[in-house]
Order: sequence, then C-alpha cells, then structure tokens
Amino acid sequence: MPHPQLTANGELKHLLTIEGLPKALIHSILDTAKGFLGVNTRDVKKVPLLRGKSVFNLFFENSTRTRTTFEIAATRLSADVVNLNINTSSAAKGESLLDTIDNLVAMHADMFVVRHASSGAPFLIADHVDRTRGPDVHVINAGDGRHAHPTQGLLDMYTIRHFKQDFTQLRVAIVGDVLHSRVARSDIHALTTLGVPELRVIGPLTLLPSGLEQMGCQVYTDMKNGLKDVDVIIMLRLQNERMRGALLPSAQEYFKHYGLTQEKLALAKPDAIVMHPGPMNRGVEIESAVADGPQAVILEQVTFGIAVRMAVMSMLAEVR
Amino acid sequence: MQQEISKACPDAEQALVRIALSLGEQAEKDGLYRTLIGIHRGGAWAAERLHDKLVASYPQLFSEKIGYLSSAYHRDDYGHNVQRRALSAIVAGKTELPFEVTGANVVLVDDVLYTGRTIRAALNELFDYGRPANVELAVLVDRGGRELPIQADFIGGSIRLGARQAVLLSQNDRKLLSFSIREH
Repeated sequence: MPHPQLTANGELKHLLTIEGLPKALIHSILDTAKGFLGVNTRDVKKVPLLRGKSVFNLFFENSTRTRTTFEIAATRLSADVVNLNINTSSAAKGESLLDTIDNLVAMHADMFVVRHASSGAPFLIADHVDRTRGPDVHVINAGDGRHAHPTQGLLDMYTIRHFKQDFTQLRVAIVGDVLHSRVARSDIHALTTLGVPELRVIGPLTLLPSGLEQMGCQVYTDMKNGLKDVDVIIMLRLQNERMRGALLPSAQEYFKHYGLTQEKLALAKPDAIVMHPGPMNRGVEIESAVADGPQAVILEQVTFGIAVRMAVMSMLAEVR
Repeated sequence: MQQEISKACPDAEQALVRIALSLGEQAEKDGLYRTLIGIHRGGAWAAERLHDKLVASYPQLFSEKIGYLSSAYHRDDYGHNVQRRALSAIVAGKTELPFEVTGANVVLVDDVLYTGRTIRAALNELFDYGRPANVELAVLVDRGGRELPIQADFIGGSIRLGARQAVLLSQNDRKLLSFSIREH
C-alpha cells in the first residue's frame, strides 16, 4: 500500500509523519531547506513560489510559537495566511472536524497546517481532502496528540546535520518526558531512518513508553550512564499540562535527576550540542548556564525551523 | 557581428575567449566599470573563468567581486514541471551578491541561452536586491528557440539543436569547461 502522504511517484503531497519517509526524501527536504536559509537574511525576505496560494493554520490546540513559525514561512513564500483558533470558534459551537474542513476548502484553501490534541486528526483531514478535492489541497501535521510533529523532527535533523554532518557516526540522546512527546517520536523515526547507530533515550520509567527498544532505542534511567560520550543531546520539555496523575514527585526532584546541568553535560563529548524544541522550562529540564552556554544550539533550531517549513510547504505545493 | 550557426558541439573554452575579447573591447570603448554575476550552475562556472581573464587584463574596468544568482525562486515552471526542476534548482546554489546592486553595471553570465525563461527569472531575483544601472547578458552558447523577448549582448557561439536534445556544460577539476550534447 502506498504511504498516505506520498504520491504514486513517491513525491510528498502531505507531511503527516516522518515514519516511513524514505531517507533520500528526508535529505532532499533538508537540501531544499538549506537553499531557503538565505531568503531569511536578504533585504527582500520574500520569494514568490506560493504567490496566490492560501495557507490555513488550523490550531485546535494552542501553540503561538509553532503557529508563528508556519505563518512566517508561508508569508516568506508569498502565500496568504489565515489563522484559525478553533478552540474558540466552530468546534465550540459543535461543528464536526470534517465539516470545518469542507467549509474552508469551499473558501479555496490550498494548504492546511493542522495542530490537534488527537493523534491521527491530520491523517483524517488528508484522507478526506484527497477523496473530495484530489491532489490540489495539501496537509501539514503541526503536531497531533502524542503521535508526531514532523516539521520539528525535520528541523532537528537539519540542526544535527548542520553541526555534525554525518549521521552514521553519531551517538544521540533524547532526554526527558518521552511518554508525552510527539517530538521524541518524530526524532526517533528520523534518526533511525538516517542511520544513527546509537540512539539513547533517558528518563524516569514513569515517563518512558513501552516499545522503545523495538523502535531502535537503548533505554537509560540515569543521566550518568546515558549521557556518557554522546554527540547530540535533545532535551524535551516537561509537559506539565499533559501530566495526568502523579508521574513525578516534583519539578525540583525531576531537575535533580534529569535536569541538564553543566556538570551532567561534561559527561558528553566536549563538542556535543544541546538541543531543545522550546518553550524551555529553565530550572526544570535545563539549567540556565547550559541553555545560554556555548554548546546550546536552541536558537539556531528556531532559525533553521523557518527554512525547513518553507522547504516543506514549497515541496508540497509543487505537487499536483 | 554575425555568428556562424553550427550543429556540432560548441567548444566552451573557445567561447570563453571570444566573450572575454568582446567584453574587454566594449569596456575599453565605453569605460563602464562592470561586475560579473553568474547564474547557477553553469553560468557561475563560466563567470568565474571570465572574471579571472578580465580582471587580469582590465583591473580598472572589472570589479574584483563576483556575484551568483539562483533563478530557482522565480522560475515559471514551479508547479508545472513534472520533473520538479524548479525546486531542485534551489539546491544547485544560492544567490550571493557581495556588493551594492543599486547603481552597478551588471553582466549576467549563463552557459546556454534557450527559451529565455531562466534569464527572466534571474532578472527578477537580481531586482530583489536592488536597482542596477544596467544589465547586459553574456552566454557561452545561444541555441535559439526563444519564448521571451530576451537577447544576449555577448555570445560565445551559436548552435541549432532538436527539441529532444540538450547541451550540457561540465567543469573538470582544473576548472576547464566543456560542452556535451545529450538526447532526452
């Protein structure tokens, strides 16, 4: 069966998940993003590729940061952007998800950027527009439940490739609340596809899902062993708002064991990079001295994120 | 100057010499201070070679600086081309213009002039960076088949090819250029 986000020719028509994306396609997205990086530093920060196209940001779950980065990417490609905060509109009045989509398609939307608390919602929308509108409407998953956040995964891969070049020589550690993290899942699929030989996941057992070994990860419950000699550290945000039940004694206790301090960072390779998808909880998962230190590449991730989203949008819109 | 139109594969090195001569003559005549800009990728290679020749012979007439243009963002086949050549051009190279574009006398350099669409796209890209005083076009080879009102000012050679033929420039490790003709 063909992958739901690819055309019969293997081109990207929607971006729903990194799982199942061919390695060459991931590299092609990163190569295209590299080209777009320059657009963000020139006088006229705009290119006309998506001129006349309408991009609808559909955020069923709040996220000012991610929404803004998609908005910037779309406007730098000259698209018109409509932001819909569905929490406070139609859904509250009882409209179904697909009725909302049909209404927006009737307004001639060309692309939907979807954030939803339920895993799979962007797949449902993509499948629906494929059946009702054919290949002209594209869907980008901007985060669905605990499932996937593919553009964050891709920008993380861009960042790692930028600083470390070769994925096949790396030891990478993902640290923290993997259980609730769609970023972690997208990163794990991307890193294993790109051939990272040693992928570690570090966290308390209450915040680690089962099945990580089957996904190609080595599981560590302590930072001391987990961070030893790694090249890349991906810190995850402690998702307080997603925390149900007593998974942790306290944020202070968590910081003591799993917060990234300079002392713990010293266990990694001296040229290791520290990443974080943001927003950061300083003093909970990461110490300020590390977040602001020379090994942190957190703000570079933000810059690369715009170029990666421009690449994805322009690759999707080219398919018809 | 009427160029001989041939069906044989053009000699890229000879074309470079011809363009350098005519550009040099023109510069001596009008005294304008010119800056070369190559269009990725073949045009960039050609511009680098021309730049070396011209700056050595006429240091007061040709800028030390060289620019590069990507036509990718303004291509008109984006979304129309099944081979997705438009976006792949982004990967070929980035626009780099390390000088003030406004007021410059620009010579755009490309390897092959065919439909004129790449030049149109490159002009749009150039004007995103400023308002040049004037723009000239130098091409190693003109293969006819124009679809837009664009002509070159300096031409290394002319060739007539079938619609299913393409003339491709390559560069060896000593930066020497050569053309080959491919059927597709």
